[in-house]
Amino acid sequence: MNNLAQKYLRQEALPLIFCPGCGDGIVLNCFIRAIDALGIRDDLGLVSGIGCSSWIPVYIDVDVVHCLHGRAVPLAEGLKMARPDKHVVVFSGDGDCFGIGGNHIIHAARRNIDITVIMINNYIYGMTGGQRAPTTPFEAITKTSPLGNDERPFDILSMMTGAGATYYARWTTAHPVQLEKAFECAITHKGLSFVEVMSPCPTQAGRTIFGIRSAVELMAWYKNNTYIMRKGAAPDPSEKRIPLGLLYQREDEIEYTKAVAQKRSVRI
Amino acid sequence: MKEKILQDHGVKILQGNEACALGALAADCLFFAGYPITPASEISEYLSKAMYLHGGSFMQMEDELASICAIIGARWGGARSMTATSGPGFSLMQEGIGYAVVSETPIVIIDVQRGGPSTGQPTAASQHDILQSRFGSHGDYELIALCPSTVQEAFDFTVRAFNLADQYRVPVIVLTDEIVGHMREKVVVPEKVELFEEHCVDCHRRYYQPDVDQIPPRIQFYQGHHVLVDGQLHDERGIRAGHIPTVSAAAVNHYCNKIRSNCSDICSTSNYFLDGAEVVVVAYGSVSRSALSAVRQARDQGINAGLLKINTVWPSPEEDIVAACLPARKVIVPEMNVGQYAREIERLVGRDKVLRLPSLGGELHHPSVIFRKISEV
Amino acid sequence: MRITIDEKWCKGCGLCIAACKRQVLAFGDNYNTSGYRLPEAVNAIHCTGCRMCEYMCPDLCVSLDK
Repeated sequence: MNNLAQKYLRQEALPLIFCPGCGDGIVLNCFIRAIDALGIRDDLGLVSGIGCSSWIPVYIDVDVVHCLHGRAVPLAEGLKMARPDKHVVVFSGDGDCFGIGGNHIIHAARRNIDITVIMINNYIYGMTGGQRAPTTPFEAITKTSPLGNDERPFDILSMMTGAGATYYARWTTAHPVQLEKAFECAITHKGLSFVEVMSPCPTQAGRTIFGIRSAVELMAWYKNNTYIMRKGAAPDPSEKRIPLGLLYQREDEIEYTKAVAQKRSVRI
Repeated sequence: MKEKILQDHGVKILQGNEACALGALAADCLFFAGYPITPASEISEYLSKAMYLHGGSFMQMEDELASICAIIGARWGGARSMTATSGPGFSLMQEGIGYAVVSETPIVIIDVQRGGPSTGQPTAASQHDILQSRFGSHGDYELIALCPSTVQEAFDFTVRAFNLADQYRVPVIVLTDEIVGHMREKVVVPEKVELFEEHCVDCHRRYYQPDVDQIPPRIQFYQGHHVLVDGQLHDERGIRAGHIPTVSAAAVNHYCNKIRSNCSDICSTSNYFLDGAEVVVVAYGSVSRSALSAVRQARDQGINAGLLKINTVWPSPEEDIVAACLPARKVIVPEMNVGQYAREIERLVGRDKVLRLPSLGGELHHPSVIFRKISEV
Repeated sequence: MRITIDEKWCKGCGLCIAACKRQVLAFGDNYNTSGYRLPEAVNAIHCTGCRMCEYMCPDLCVSLDK
C-alpha cells in the first residue's frame, strides 16, 4: 500500500472488494489525497448508501456512516445540521443517487445545504449484477434491458443545476489529478457541491453496455470520448464527446445552514 | 442520570402534540426532522419555531424516508433527535427503524395513530400501529414502545423515551393517537427532569463492544474515534460480518437480548383496583381512560373488577400481565383495533380467559360499553 | 525514482502500465498468491516521477519514492 493508504485506510476492512480495474478504487485514491491536502481528517463525516461505490468511504479511517440504499443524502443533511461546522461528504452511485435516492438529492440541491455529493457514475447497477440504471444510455444492453434500454437517461447536470445546486464538476477516473483538485474545491465550496465521476465498470457495464472487457481499453474509451471544457466556454452543439471540468458554480446563493443560523439568532 | 432545571415549568393547559414537543425540548432534543401528516403536524409546527429558540434545528424533509434518516444522521453528529408521524408515514419509516436497530442509534419517533389501513381515516383515532411498532421492519429485533393515555403522560413518556433510547441505544416509539394528540388537558411541567447521562469510555476501534449491562457505550462523530456505522450485521468494530454465521447470529441475539434482559427496568404498568379482581381489564392509550371509568363504575356496583394499564406496550410487561391476569376469572382487552395486543395477552394467560373487545371505525369505547362487558362476565 | 508494487494487493488490472507515458512499467512473469499477474518497472531510468501510475492504481498499491 502506498504511504497515504497506510495513513488513511481502515486496515481491518481490507481487502478492497472492488473488481480489477474498477474506477471506485481510483476515486478512493484521489479522495484520500484530497483530504490529506485539506487536512480535515477529524472534521470530516462520510456518508454512503448501498452499491459498489458506496463501499469507498468504508475503507477510509475517518467517521463513516454506511447507510441505506438511496438515503445517504438525507442522513448527511441531518449529520450536517447537528454540526454545521464540520465537513460532510456523500458517496453515492448513479442508481443510489438518482434512482431510489432521486427525491432526496433534488431537495438537498434546492436547500443548497453545504455538503459535497460525489456521484460515481458507472451507468449501471453494478453490485446487484448489472441491471439498467437511470443513467444507462438509450438502447444499451443490461441484465434488465436485454433487448436494449427503452428509457432515456437523465441529464444530471440540468437536473442538479435546475434543482439549485451551486457547484457541479464532472471528471472521469482517467483524470486523477483534476479529480483530486475537484474534490478539494467541492469540499471548500459553501453550498451543495456535486461532483460527477464517470467511472469504468469492466465487469458489468464494460461487458454489456460498451462491449469492452478490458479495464485498460474501457479507461481509454472514457479518456477519448470526453473533453475538457474551457471555463466560460459555450457548449459546442457539434461536439459529440462529453464535456468535463467545472461546469457550474455560483457563490451568491444563500446556503441552508446559514439561513437556519440567522433564524436562531432572532428572538421572536 | 443528571438533573436538568426547566425554565418554563408549572401548570399549563397543553394539547397532546404540544406536550410531546415540550417533552422533547425538556429532554435536550436538538434536532427534529419531519413531514406533515394529520394528526401529527402540530408537533412539527410547534418545533419549527421552538427548536430555534432552544438552539436546535428543525427541518421539514421531503418525505418520511428522509425524516427517519436525517434524525439518525443528526444523532451521530451528537444531537438528540426526534421525528413525528402517523400510520402511513410510520410504514415508510420502517426501513430506517431497522437501520437504527442494527446501528444502535438512539432516536425517538412519535406515532400519533390514526385509522388505517392505508390512507384509512386521517382524522380519526385508532390503535392500529401496535403490531407495526413491534414487527414493522424486516428481521428479528426488539425495541421499546410507550403508550401515553393523557396529555401529562405524553410529556412524561416523551422525556422517558429519550432516556430509554440513550440508555439502551435503540429507537423508541411513543404511540399516541389522534385523541391524546389533539385533546387539551392540564399538565404539570416539573421544575426538574432527570436525563440519562451517557457514559463515554475510551473504546478505540471497538465501539460496538457491549458493556457489562449489554449496552455499547456512547460514541459520536468528530472525536477522533473514526467510527464505522453500518446497517449490515457487524462485529464490535463495525466491520461487516454477514459472511460469518456465528458473528451474525450473535449480533441478532444482541439486538434482542439487550432489551429482553432489561425488561424489569424498561417495562411499566399502572394498576387500578387490581386487589382481588375477578375481572381484569387490560388497556393502553386512550382506551384506558374509558376502561378506568368502567372499572370504577363496576367497583361502585360491587363487581370485583380491576384495570391493568400498559405504559410500555413493547417489550410487553409479561410479569405484570401474568401476575394481574392469572388470578382473575376473565380478562377483557378493549382496543381500537381488531385485537393486536389481545394476541399478546392470549399468549401469556391463555385464550380461554381472554375476551377481545374491539372498537373499529375510529370510535373510542364509551365506558358503558366496557362496563357492560364486565357485567356480562 | 523507485517504483514499488505491493504484491499482496495488486489485482493485475494493468491500469498503471497504460497510464505511464514512458513505458516504464510492463507485465512481468510473476504472479501473486491471488493469481494476478504483477507489473514490474522495466524502464525505471525513464521515470519522470509524474506519479500517474500511483494515482491511477485502484488498489493503492503503487508507490513512488526517490
